[in-house]
Amino acid sequence: MSSTFEQIANIIAETCDIPRDTIKPESHAIDDLGIDSLDFLDIAFAIDKAFGIKMPLEKWTQEVNDGKATTEQYFVLKNLADRIDELVAAKNAGAGTGTGS
Amino acid sequence: MQLDYFILIDRIVDLNVGNKTIVVEAQVPTTHTIFEGHFPGFPIMPGVLLTEAMAQSSGWLLLGVNKFERMPFLAMVKEAKMRGFVSPGQLLTIEAKLEHEGSGFAVTSAKVRVGKELKCSSEITFRLVPFPDPAFRGHMDAMARKIGFPLQAMGHD
Repeated sequence: MSSTFEQIANIIAETCDIPRDTIKPESHAIDDLGIDSLDFLDIAFAIDKAFGIKMPLEKWTQEVNDGKATTEQYFVLKNLADRIDELVAAKNAGAGTGTGS
Repeated sequence: MQLDYFILIDRIVDLNVGNKTIVVEAQVPTTHTIFEGHFPGFPIMPGVLLTEAMAQSSGWLLLGVNKFERMPFLAMVKEAKMRGFVSPGQLLTIEAKLEHEGSGFAVTSAKVRVGKELKCSSEITFRLVPFPDPAFRGHMDAMARKIGFPLQAMGHD
């Protein structure tokens, strides 16, 4: 299991008071776990801090609203873990070039 | 402090956009009907209003950091601690610091002091939303000038 998923699941369990064992990689944060937008802000803050990233929530939301992406791509937890891994990799690649931006 | 208009701060003492900090002053009025009920014979500033003062101070900081591109709306208050009574007539010094700027939201920490004494503190989350209409933005511009907001931090000349 992805360690990223484990971290996300622990954050969600703690932030939203959801039993940890009910949070699965296939869980949809909104449809299955019932996380609302305010709780998701809290989760985003915790994830941003834990991984040193800035999740582009507004971009993702816009893509969903424009029909260019589905909520599953971002809010099914195994997919969210993949997105976070990509953001962390992009951050580390940026740091490695020495450009810092 | 104009309690009737829900304006909980008076002036910006220091706004440091680079450090993402702000210092604000607010003079608690010596008399107000609020103190007649809160509490009879023992007037103190309600904790919710002190929390609002921290939120408004944080809001001006966020407006400075994002150059008035987005309006901060209060979303979440965490760890609000009322550490001591605030009495009518006291001068509050409110400090706020940007702890995290996320995508469409921001988190600040804020503290209220009277002199050197820490009176309350909190972590506050805001949604950052484009101004719903130009008149609202104009109102915030006017208010910014009134409270001594540094003009160079307002995003226009």
